[in-house]
Amino acid sequence: MGSFGNKISKFIESFIFDGGYKEVIEGLGNTLKIAILGLCIGVILGTVIATIRVMPKYKVFPRILDKICGLYVGFFRGTPIVVQLLVGYFVILPLIGLGRISEENVCVVIFGLNSAAYVSEVMRGGLNSVDQGQLEAGRALGFSYASTMVRFVVPQAVKNILPSLGNEFISLIKETSVISFVGAMDLYVALTKIGQNNYEPMVPYLFMAICYIVMIFIITQLIRLLEKALSKSDRKGGAK
Amino acid sequence: MAENIGFTSSSVSQVPILSVYDLKKAFSSNEVLKGISTDIYKGEKVVVIGPSGSGKSTFLRCLNCLEDPTSGSIIFDGEDLADQRVNINKHRQKIGMVFQQFNLFNNKTVLQNIMIAPYTLNKKKVKKEGKSAKEFKEECRQNALALLRRIGLEDKANVYPSTLSGGQKQRVAIVRALAMSPKVMLFDEPTSALDPEMVGEVLNLIKEVADEGMTMVIVTHEMGFAREVATRVLFMDEGMIAEEGTPTEIFDNPQNPRTKQFLNAVL
Repeated sequence: MGSFGNKISKFIESFIFDGGYKEVIEGLGNTLKIAILGLCIGVILGTVIATIRVMPKYKVFPRILDKICGLYVGFFRGTPIVVQLLVGYFVILPLIGLGRISEENVCVVIFGLNSAAYVSEVMRGGLNSVDQGQLEAGRALGFSYASTMVRFVVPQAVKNILPSLGNEFISLIKETSVISFVGAMDLYVALTKIGQNNYEPMVPYLFMAICYIVMIFIITQLIRLLEKALSKSDRKGGAK
Repeated sequence: MAENIGFTSSSVSQVPILSVYDLKKAFSSNEVLKGISTDIYKGEKVVVIGPSGSGKSTFLRCLNCLEDPTSGSIIFDGEDLADQRVNINKHRQKIGMVFQQFNLFNNKTVLQNIMIAPYTLNKKKVKKEGKSAKEFKEECRQNALALLRRIGLEDKANVYPSTLSGGQKQRVAIVRALAMSPKVMLFDEPTSALDPEMVGEVLNLIKEVADEGMTMVIVTHEMGFAREVATRVLFMDEGMIAEEGTPTEIFDNPQNPRTKQFLNAVL
């Protein structure tokens, strides 16, 4: 126990007095930034993809769009996120020659595109779970297809898939632990540095695990609150 | 000159609101409608009856293109709704529809259900006329509240549809369609999903709206109601209009053996 206390005091020393906390905070910030922005891109793009995929397909154009979306989802679900990050950062970025974009922003885009593929499948299930009558009612009143989806169908679908979206957000947070592959700062890099500086990796990695658990606990509670807020249109009382 | 005006006005009143010609609808190889032609004039209450699977609902849903007709034409406001190039959304605003399953928007309150279409779909037009969006929204709100008062559900304005009974839902659905001031209203078995004790309140409201002169096409299994409210009854069988006439003609003196058989079974 004495040696563990020693390890903790060493960790605290380099964490607080040697300024290690700055990088840890930067890493935490990056993790949250990439996960939150990635999820936003994922939900918006994923909803668009899902809407295209559930669209009636009598005409050629929606059919072609559907095929393209199918390929997109197939690619992003078929390759590991690390590979997508590496290809995005070291292959596509130099090829399109978009000056210098920060590693974090590349990560946001890649995580967003990756998440869109997963969200689109979840959303597709969500859209199908909404009664067809909602779409018909909107169309019969004179709303366009897109307007009916945006106003009536998608909000109900989102409510239905909120637990799955929470899942997606939590996986995103955990998956961000690979962003160091393209040189971005995250918890892993920051805490590994502390561990290497004083040759004591035990406490930093324990601290890393605690950081993830606390983050995800807080997010889980926030998702619960959101679910509660969105369920106000459900029947009050009755079977829960 | 006077004669000319007289001729014009009388011919205008003769132009049907909906003119259906040789309407056909097939779901892949299954031909559900085999050529329906009929004209629906202003103020008419056309009740469509027939055995299940005869194509009544499909016929009704073709009238506002919820089902795309396979061939034929539906003339409304001088345009053919069956034509893919027609702006169907514009015409649907003037064709009210009431569904068997009510289909109130679950994510909107009762008041929002009624006012969202008139407000959202007309706000651009109203803006051009120089009215502010806020003013127009208040107008739509008042109109929606008046409609709710009419059906005695004013106290339900801010609740969600899930808390209403079936009869209340259907009455809200009817005034939601009314809020768009449609030229014709389509009812797709409006009482079939209701508990028996709630059928009356919904039929009474439909009757009220009918008495105010609304043009209606109603698919129903309520024969008593059909007889009472209809100005014309269409009996459909196997995708065709097998017989049509006044309620007295159809119910008291049917000519077609299929009509007789059907009425014997249901009456």
